[in-house]
Amino acid sequence: MKHRDLTSRGNVDQIMKETKKQGGLNAEIQSRIGHQLRAMYDDVVRQGVPDRFAELIRKLDDPAEAAKHLAETDEQQAAKNDGRD
Amino acid sequence: MPLTDQLRDDILASVPSLRAFAISLSGNGDRADDLVQETLLRAIANIDSFQPGSNLPAWLFTILRNLFRSDYRKRRREVEDAEGNYAKTLKTQPAQNAHLEFEEFRAALDKLPQDQREALILVGASGFSYEDAAAICGCAVGTIKSRVNRARSKLSALLYVEGAEDFGPDDTVRAVIGGNGG
Repeated sequence: MKHRDLTSRGNVDQIMKETKKQGGLNAEIQSRIGHQLRAMYDDVVRQGVPDRFAELIRKLDDPAEAAKHLAETDEQQAAKNDGRD
Repeated sequence: MPLTDQLRDDILASVPSLRAFAISLSGNGDRADDLVQETLLRAIANIDSFQPGSNLPAWLFTILRNLFRSDYRKRRREVEDAEGNYAKTLKTQPAQNAHLEFEEFRAALDKLPQDQREALILVGASGFSYEDAAAICGCAVGTIKSRVNRARSKLSALLYVEGAEDFGPDDTVRAVIGGNGG
């Protein structure tokens, strides 16, 4: 068995070259991650405003009405939780 | 400040990005829309506490982020099919390969600690400045910067280092892996 191949000068040089390239590789990876993150996010942004939210905001004339709405939602949530326990 | 028509329009204009933020945080389209709805109700109910001229999107994002955190604590024991639900929120299904890559990205994002995930989304996707992101998360600017950095390195480790061989090594790497090649 020859062990020389594993530590041959050529291989070591190549590995060193690869390690030096890591900085560049890293920048490429970072830009890919940034791109994927924005693609995921923008996909939802492009869907615009769903009708339910447009209607909700149009319906709420004053803060008191929103507060009333919230209290009702809380009650429903509490009732749901009671039923579950 | 009173609820003017202008303010109402501005709130409405923030809805798409609020939804994107909510979905990115929770990974669940249905829960995200509940979060957005509650955010809108709370914002309008407390519109008096909004400072005219200050950053409305940042104010709305702060409300949503705080709601998500309290909601998350309540529900974190529930097991859910985050990826499946997220996919349902997409209007257009990405092509097969892109879809797989997308699912991997989503799964990696879900593995980040919550602090890091929200910092990365606010800065890297919502486009907030470090200062605004710090205000939204209630922490120092330096903390946000280090969270974003840690999130980026963790994502690159999850996506591109452990499974590096899955992404097709270039010729040099292949030469190293393959040895002397006879």
